[in-house]
Amino acid sequence: MYIIFLMIAVSITVAGLFLGAFLWAVRSGQYDDDYTPAVRMLFENEVTDNKKPEPKSKA
Amino acid sequence: MEAALQTNIQTCYHCGDSCVEEVVEAHDKTFCCTGCKNVYELLEENNLCAYYNLEENPGITGKKPIAEFRFAYLDDAGVEAQLISFKNDAICKLTFYIPQMHCSSCIWLLENLFKLNQGISESTVNFLRKEVSLTYFHQKTSLREVVQLLARIGYEPEITLADTDGKKTSKPDRSIIYKLGIAGFCFGNVMLLAFPDYLALTEGLQRSFGSFFGYLSFMLSLPVFFYSARGFFTSALEGIKQRMVNIDIPIATGLLALFFVSTYQVFTGTGPGYFDSFTGLVFFMLIGKYFQQRTYDTLSFDRDYTSYFPVSITVLKEDGEEASVAVRNLKVDDRIRIRNQELIPADAILLRGTALIDYSFVSGESEPVEKVVGEVIYAGGRQVGESVELEVVKEVSQGYLTQLWNNSVFSKDETQSVGTYANIAGKWFIIVTLIVAAGSLVYWVPRDTDMAMKAFTSVLIIACPCALSLATPFVHGHTMRVFGKNKFFLKNTTVVETLAKIDTVVFDKTGTLTEPSAAELTYTGKALTTKQEQSIKSVLQHSTHPLSQRIFQHLKGETIPVHNFQEVAGKGLVGEVNGQLIRIGSASYIGVPADKSDALKTTVYVSIDGLVFGFYAFHNVYRQGLKSILQQLHDKKLAVLSGDNNHEEARLKTMLGEDAALNFNQSPVQKLEYIRQLKQEQHRVLMVGDGLNDAGALKQSDAGIALTNSITNFSPSCDAILDATAFDKLSTFLSFSKKTMNIILATFAVSLIYNVIGLTLAVQGLFSPIVSAILMPISSLSVILFATMSVKISARRAGL
Repeated sequence: MYIIFLMIAVSITVAGLFLGAFLWAVRSGQYDDDYTPAVRMLFENEVTDNKKPEPKSKA
Repeated sequence: MEAALQTNIQTCYHCGDSCVEEVVEAHDKTFCCTGCKNVYELLEENNLCAYYNLEENPGITGKKPIAEFRFAYLDDAGVEAQLISFKNDAICKLTFYIPQMHCSSCIWLLENLFKLNQGISESTVNFLRKEVSLTYFHQKTSLREVVQLLARIGYEPEITLADTDGKKTSKPDRSIIYKLGIAGFCFGNVMLLAFPDYLALTEGLQRSFGSFFGYLSFMLSLPVFFYSARGFFTSALEGIKQRMVNIDIPIATGLLALFFVSTYQVFTGTGPGYFDSFTGLVFFMLIGKYFQQRTYDTLSFDRDYTSYFPVSITVLKEDGEEASVAVRNLKVDDRIRIRNQELIPADAILLRGTALIDYSFVSGESEPVEKVVGEVIYAGGRQVGESVELEVVKEVSQGYLTQLWNNSVFSKDETQSVGTYANIAGKWFIIVTLIVAAGSLVYWVPRDTDMAMKAFTSVLIIACPCALSLATPFVHGHTMRVFGKNKFFLKNTTVVETLAKIDTVVFDKTGTLTEPSAAELTYTGKALTTKQEQSIKSVLQHSTHPLSQRIFQHLKGETIPVHNFQEVAGKGLVGEVNGQLIRIGSASYIGVPADKSDALKTTVYVSIDGLVFGFYAFHNVYRQGLKSILQQLHDKKLAVLSGDNNHEEARLKTMLGEDAALNFNQSPVQKLEYIRQLKQEQHRVLMVGDGLNDAGALKQSDAGIALTNSITNFSPSCDAILDATAFDKLSTFLSFSKKTMNIILATFAVSLIYNVIGLTLAVQGLFSPIVSAILMPISSLSVILFATMSVKISARRAGL
């Protein structure tokens, strides 16, 4: 049963890592703007779409 | 797309406005003005047409020409240094506020600025705050070029005097999120460790690991006690120092009791402690706090005149040379030049040129006022038309308008309101708790001392009014969101409670009760034939004066050529049409005595071949639904504060009723004093205003609502911003906030049930960690649920 000491130590360490990751995410400003990144990630395709016709016409 | 273009009413490909005045056709597309076309061409040249694919007609109208010399002040090294947040040998970083931002196309274009200007290396948009953070190479481009580029594509950043005050370094406060994260982490783990206690089956497990689990729980509770819960303790201490009881005092007592009883139990091995309840309580209450703190990031409620005034101004030196000078350094006797659309930053005397001053931001009056040489022009007006020269008579901070901010109401810190429901409830709570605790102590001490201690601490623990403290933030928070959906934006949640207690409503007249953009136009005098109207219209066509433009749009018919047209600035127009001499202008220009009964109205007279025909008069138009709002507010004392003269008195009386107090010719300071007087008479005053001249009254009142046609536009310092389209709901908002007070009371009742159950167990000494672990989360969650649901339901009933 003494394995429980080890298991709890491991589980709290893992949980602590997640807490650390969360605090880091907050500190780096990831929670400051929860709208723009969602829109931004959709842009890339549009831009390449627009650029594609150009090289074609050259060829 | 093709089909859409062929419809009768053509819309601008760039901005989506309908092309009324002119249709500019280019590149198979239609534009409403050349400004829009130019932006399109600029974007097309740089292969940025994805802008138009993301959203339909995303652009911002280019009708307003941009005077690029206006940005000359940005070349000034001092101004630049105040605006940028970081600079090294190669790059500069800064953040602009761009209120025009409105869709995903805007984000896309603003983040692709580097394609338009090679000097810009990076731009990142924060859409909710309507900000763009820019990085540029200052060797390749300049601040002025960056701003000019933004202005050219329709996104002129708002740069004001307040930006140079250095206040902007304030970082967003994230401590509540840290606290919440840590409390959540500890709560989860402690609950896991406390689980064996809940189940009788695991008694063997509990015996061998009990103390280990206990110490671990204690360790995990330390960060919660010292960091996450700190706010409750400091607030309670503050309350004790000021000798008043707030809701945090019973909370802090409960938390302290929980923590120390648990620590005692763990270290003496007498029990498992209540650490799970302790961390859980803090976690739930922090959720309430977080909910309460969320406000509208994009809106600014604390603006003063500095966020309105420009950063610098053109000063004419003695040798006639122009120089850009920071507005703060403007001195008395300086000669300044104000160009079209520029703002007058200090009270000044007009030296040269015709001034047409638009005071709409100051008074809400939309009609520009004419000033002649020698007259004093107050700060805050915007010049329309030609550039003028002025001599400063008062420093910026001493002006007629800005002296308002020297008043003591602006320097006072906002104090914590004492009389809130939660604080009053908290006071009774602690009294009852202490009586019950003392009672159980008296009862148990002669019988069983151990039991006495247990009962005493249990009472303190269970009496922690966590549910009570959750009720207010959730009810107010949801109310604020309901209001926000209806375009009524509150500064913070405490405003809801202030609104519920209002018994006096004071309105500003111009711009608040009246519609600033619309004025009724009536013609009085000899009837005009269609031909004569046509001639008048033709003469008016050549004048840029706003009144001429208004009459021009009012009249129907085609225009015909005009000969010998002349405009006497500040007086009127003259021109020959079909051989008839048409004169249009003020009464003195036409040569008639002004009509006495209408002396206070804005009038424009017309004469044809020397014969006076009649006059056009502009009337104020009251906002739609005003009458019904005023009727719904009949249970409150109503008053009007107007900076205007009293020619509308009779009309206002019929609308507001006989009891209403009407005050005319009020200066900004008088308005403030009037509100102060009402407050001294123990009235709870709501002030509704719109201009800078109401700023003092808005600040002085219990709740100040700024009415605005565009919420991102300038609005004076206030407690709430109301979109003009939602003005007719004002009384609904007030009655709804009153209703929420009843909801809070009901929520208090719900949370009291749990406390009574808990207290009954506690005085009998039956309160145990398991009871606590069950009762605490249930009471917290049910209160949150009850508050949320009842606000939603009653909002639907109220039609909000």
